[in-house]
Amino acid sequence: MLEAIVGSFGHIFTVKVILMIIAGLFGGLMAGALPGLTATMAVALLVPFTFTMSPTEGLIVLGAIYMACIYGGAFSAILVNTPGTPSSIGTTFDGFPMAKRGEGERAILIATFASAYGGIIGVIFLLFLAPPLASVALKFGPPEYFWMAVFGITIISSLASKNVLKGFIGGAIGLLISTIGIAPIGGDVRFTAGYPQLQGGIELIVALIGFFCIPEALTMISNRTQKFHLTEAKHKGGILFKTFLEVMKKQGNLLRSSILGTIVGILPGAGGSVANLVAYNEALRVSKTPEKFGTGIPDGIIATEASNNAVVGGGMIPLVTLGIPGAPPDAILYGVLLLHGLRPGPELFTTHSEVVYTFIMSLFVATILMVPVGILSGRLLHRTVVRLPIRFLAPIIFFLTIIGSYSIRNNITDVYIMLTLGVLGYVLKRLDFHPGPITLGLILGPIGETGFVQALLMGQVLPNKWMIFFIHPLSWVLIIMSLLSLAWPLLMKKFSKRWNIKEMSVDES
Amino acid sequence: MKKFNLIIFLMVILAGMTFTSAALAEFPDKPLTYVICFDAGGESDITARIQQQALQDALGVPVVIVYKKGGGGAVGWSELMRTKPDGYTVYGTNLPHTIVQPMTRGNAGYETEKIDNIYMFEFTPDILAVSVDSEIKTVDDFIKYAKANPGISVGGSGQPSANSLGCEAFGKLTGLKLTYISFTGSGTAVPALLGGHVKALMTYTSMAAQYPDKIRPLAVAADKRAQALPNVPTFKELGYEFVEGAYRGVAVPPGTPKEIKKKLEQAFEKVNYDSGVIKKMEDLGFIMEYYGEDASKALVTQLTDYYGKLLKDLGLLKQ
Repeated sequence: MLEAIVGSFGHIFTVKVILMIIAGLFGGLMAGALPGLTATMAVALLVPFTFTMSPTEGLIVLGAIYMACIYGGAFSAILVNTPGTPSSIGTTFDGFPMAKRGEGERAILIATFASAYGGIIGVIFLLFLAPPLASVALKFGPPEYFWMAVFGITIISSLASKNVLKGFIGGAIGLLISTIGIAPIGGDVRFTAGYPQLQGGIELIVALIGFFCIPEALTMISNRTQKFHLTEAKHKGGILFKTFLEVMKKQGNLLRSSILGTIVGILPGAGGSVANLVAYNEALRVSKTPEKFGTGIPDGIIATEASNNAVVGGGMIPLVTLGIPGAPPDAILYGVLLLHGLRPGPELFTTHSEVVYTFIMSLFVATILMVPVGILSGRLLHRTVVRLPIRFLAPIIFFLTIIGSYSIRNNITDVYIMLTLGVLGYVLKRLDFHPGPITLGLILGPIGETGFVQALLMGQVLPNKWMIFFIHPLSWVLIIMSLLSLAWPLLMKKFSKRWNIKEMSVDES
Repeated sequence: MKKFNLIIFLMVILAGMTFTSAALAEFPDKPLTYVICFDAGGESDITARIQQQALQDALGVPVVIVYKKGGGGAVGWSELMRTKPDGYTVYGTNLPHTIVQPMTRGNAGYETEKIDNIYMFEFTPDILAVSVDSEIKTVDDFIKYAKANPGISVGGSGQPSANSLGCEAFGKLTGLKLTYISFTGSGTAVPALLGGHVKALMTYTSMAAQYPDKIRPLAVAADKRAQALPNVPTFKELGYEFVEGAYRGVAVPPGTPKEIKKKLEQAFEKVNYDSGVIKKMEDLGFIMEYYGEDASKALVTQLTDYYGKLLKDLGLLKQ
């Protein structure tokens, strides 16, 4: 293995390959920053270009695009409160408040370092622990997916700790929206009101754009008379190095979030969209100052961005060892491997070890190169957004929402859905419903429903079919995690008095 | 320079105006869009990607693959009904999807007969498969096991689909009680089998070809053995009259001129005889088929009859 790793450097460190990686990184960043162009789409769009390359080169470029795309989603999340990809939903919670305070550049730098850290941890797991970790993916059956969705929903109780009831109502709205269209199991047509176009359901990205982008743009316009620019930029010298040290001091958060991201990435069907919210939730729970989350603190950004880039490496673990894509973009990489006659699986490591190790090592290089590329583009993008007056910025955002929602499925109906949800989102926001829980419901709805129905079908051979949800040890782990997560805010309140004293003494010292 | 631009501009407008008449003579003279109604990276995408290069050579214009997924393909196919019939947009189609969706849904957004298939290029038969470490080694073993354990779970892709209907048909044929568990794609059912969450899969030959060290195919539901699985018997060889699977083809919007359809049909036929395409398709477990426009129509008619009866028996026809 070591030999193969060293050998791979010869393939990577050539001018051509490094230039290809940098081009891939820039492309991925832009795609990630534009809401509507997800990592899956960006990778899929680039597949034809890899036909003229060798399989190794093709994989290197696609890997760089994937990595950068997940990171690029943070830019729009921080600057205009719209996650560029579903993997950056949680980044809006603290990123945008920071940008509003004039700390947009700092927030982007935090996201950059956290993303690179998470990306590297994910790749390390991929390199050294792929086979044993891949078996985890198989342990997850339908009942576990159901409980995982339940656990995901309980995150709302800490996400929306200020108003848990409204949070859960929002989550329920999201779950209900996710039931529109063809049922994932059984194929029944639901809530389409007779429109065949609605058979495809509400695409997550379309809802994200609607719920995040449109309310933001509308708010911008309604505040236009008071504010000429969206945010102010305070320029600070030496911010680069200071932020780097600041992020690196948060080893606990970085490592925890990266490992969470890797694990979620390994599970087929879940991806960065779930990982970033889970990591955010865990960061909030272990924090001594949970009430500061959502007001614009680095810890929130570190958690989401480290975890979502760790998904990249994690998702490739079942891909290269079992041939099972962990996250949606991996499905496309799988297709590319097949097209080049490389069948993912254990024999890939033995018969094509050069290709595999070169690919994995190139992800390392890409992640590291992502830092300078990201800092450069981030600064540029930040200045553009900060300098653009709202009367230009708002129409540009509207224009991009339409392009974005159309391009995801090449379907004009999606644009109407996006606009409708946008208006709904604006009204809900005025009523103090946060888009976070709604989109969480939308993400977890299909995962939970599929697991629920499949498990019930599986349970038919048992004396009581409901038993299926309680007979696996792994189910119990998830059940206990859900209960803990649900009760956490209450437990916190009960013990807060004792903890307050401790905290004060820490602050004083 | 400016003048030159103006000339080009005028030429483009002129070309646009004369397009309708010129199109027939010189079709194709601009890129062809090949719409896939499923996820990027799925099998429909992979087959289209295999064809892409050869198709560009055959037509002499670039071929762009785009995705319009949703509703098990129905969102894309309902769009096909409204697409401009100029031959520059073709849609990947799948059987039995385009037959059973209109039969089971209130409004699928299209009618089976309106889908104008110009070429069906491959057939992917169902296989009955178990995990490689399973104690079940043959179809007989499976039947014995299923008799002893009624209601055992069989995973597959989609519902109603070639997998789900195949599972029902096989159960009926052998008198077994099987519980079909639908997954959202062939690929997602594989980890469920490997993790022991389902006992067997009613899946496609392509899965056995892609996971040779993990999946043990017991039999193929086709008339002849699959190239990629030479050692796996057909159900017919074992004495079961069971043939089931999915076809892939391409369709043009209703109302496309005959001459254009002919050209596309010929191009897809040429692609299908390309040795590189054949090798890649067969390695992945697909079986090459060569149904031209008329043969495709006959195939659809024959299968419509078959699935109509099967769905009626199962009580799945829409009211």
